[in-house]
Amino acid sequence: MEQKSPMLQARDLRFRYDPERPDYAVDGVSLEVARGEFVAVLGANGCGKSTLAKHFNAILLPESGTVLVEGIDTRSEEHLYDIRQKAGMVFQNPDNQIVATIVEEDVAFALENLGVPTSEMRARVDEAMQLTGIYEYREKAPHKLSGGQKQRVAIAGVIAMRPDCLILDEATAMLDPRGRRAVMDTIRRLRESGITIVSITHYMEEAAQADRVLVMSHGRVVMEGTPEQVFSQTETLKGYHLDVPQAAELRDALAAAGLPLPEEVITPEACARALYELLR
Amino acid sequence: MLRDITIGQHFPGHSVLHRCDPRLKLVGVIAYIIVLFLASNPLGITLSLGMLVLLYGVARIPLRLILKSLKPIVPIILFTAVLNLFFISGEGEPLVQIWVLRIYREGVNYAVLMATRVVALIAGTSLLTYTTSPIVLTDAIESLLRPLQKLHFPVHELAMMMTIALRFIPTLIDETEKIMNAQKARGAKLDNGKFTERIQALIPILIPLFISAFRRADELAMAMECRCYHGGEGRTRLKVLRFGKLDVLCTLALVAMLAAILATKLLF
Repeated sequence: MEQKSPMLQARDLRFRYDPERPDYAVDGVSLEVARGEFVAVLGANGCGKSTLAKHFNAILLPESGTVLVEGIDTRSEEHLYDIRQKAGMVFQNPDNQIVATIVEEDVAFALENLGVPTSEMRARVDEAMQLTGIYEYREKAPHKLSGGQKQRVAIAGVIAMRPDCLILDEATAMLDPRGRRAVMDTIRRLRESGITIVSITHYMEEAAQADRVLVMSHGRVVMEGTPEQVFSQTETLKGYHLDVPQAAELRDALAAAGLPLPEEVITPEACARALYELLR
Repeated sequence: MLRDITIGQHFPGHSVLHRCDPRLKLVGVIAYIIVLFLASNPLGITLSLGMLVLLYGVARIPLRLILKSLKPIVPIILFTAVLNLFFISGEGEPLVQIWVLRIYREGVNYAVLMATRVVALIAGTSLLTYTTSPIVLTDAIESLLRPLQKLHFPVHELAMMMTIALRFIPTLIDETEKIMNAQKARGAKLDNGKFTERIQALIPILIPLFISAFRRADELAMAMECRCYHGGEGRTRLKVLRFGKLDVLCTLALVAMLAAILATKLLF
């Protein structure tokens, strides 16, 4: 029965940080994330996307509405650690997520908390480190690693719990391009292994790899669809203070100049192909 | 500049001393200090120096490191030695007499003995931090203090605090450097001026550092919650300290050496 319930489900979720004030950080969001899906959530600063993410592993509890993780209500306190183990969360600043002074001990931190026997722990820690490509740094001190490596340590620490879902709250925002690429490669590998991914981001290239994109503004979901459907609506996106992929912008400019280009061109490759077809 | 600060003074290696159980080393150092005070006779201190030379040799720690760790206490050693030299009075004729100051044979003996004892003390305790990384030492302290848990002493919390402190010291040092550079770029004078001016110049460094440390603490707490942290109850460990055959041998060797030093007490 549990297998049938969606990975994450929010029903009319509302939340505000200060109950005295009328402005809701999340204002009536309903959404569902299926198992194995990769969903990207976009939005300008302060649109409520991080607040939404924190509801998916019971860091925040809804003021009204419900959030279900594999069918379990996040309000049920006796299942708190089940929920946090099923839906792992990675934050923006890798420095502030690493607890231990040695990489492998940090990866083991969650398992130590869950009381996993030492014999089993070793195997799970090694597996998580190999999956995220940090196995070779296992005996190093975290402060000697680069940003991208540190963020992969943080991801490994969550993956060691064997979660069904990974929630990334702007996990690449503080990284340099190389670190970001390494982290994105890791995420792609995790997704291939069947983990559901919810990525809060404001990088279009990252969102373009998702199965589905949600755009949030003022605490509501205002756009939803495949990356092609969402990113081709360049004017609407700009209205929500979001960047538009360069390829989509080029297509728009060319279409406005009267060239018959197809809709849903969002990647440089697709754009190049469309132009090639046109010039042929 | 700040980056050069090392925490503790760990000298990595793979010697027997590096590998043996940190709990044994910790207890051993405490026992050594007690023995050193009980057997403060020339033979006892000579023997303990011999033991140190042997252990440092086994651990393959270079001589210059020992000298480095002794450097800060040289003034203290000299000061006490000089005091002992002049204030211990003995029988018979003084060796030297200058105005009212008299130096007796006993004074010289005692001064040398005390100075050597302090050197032996510092070199002995340094051996622990040279051969044991701070992380392993934390584990040892947690393990040794565990019986106190029954008296509601927060053993796990203490160990966790030490681990987090060790983890964040380099991060905060980096941050301090960044803030100092940022304030210098804004025209702050940190390196010169009167003493009070320099103290005042620290305020614009400490305030951002504290605020950032609090923010980090908040985020770290959230990340720890996300990884199901709920205190020490029901926690298992990745690395469990194990008292193996090597440790039994080391214990026997240590007990033998300390007993020999203590036995010198009978001769004097």
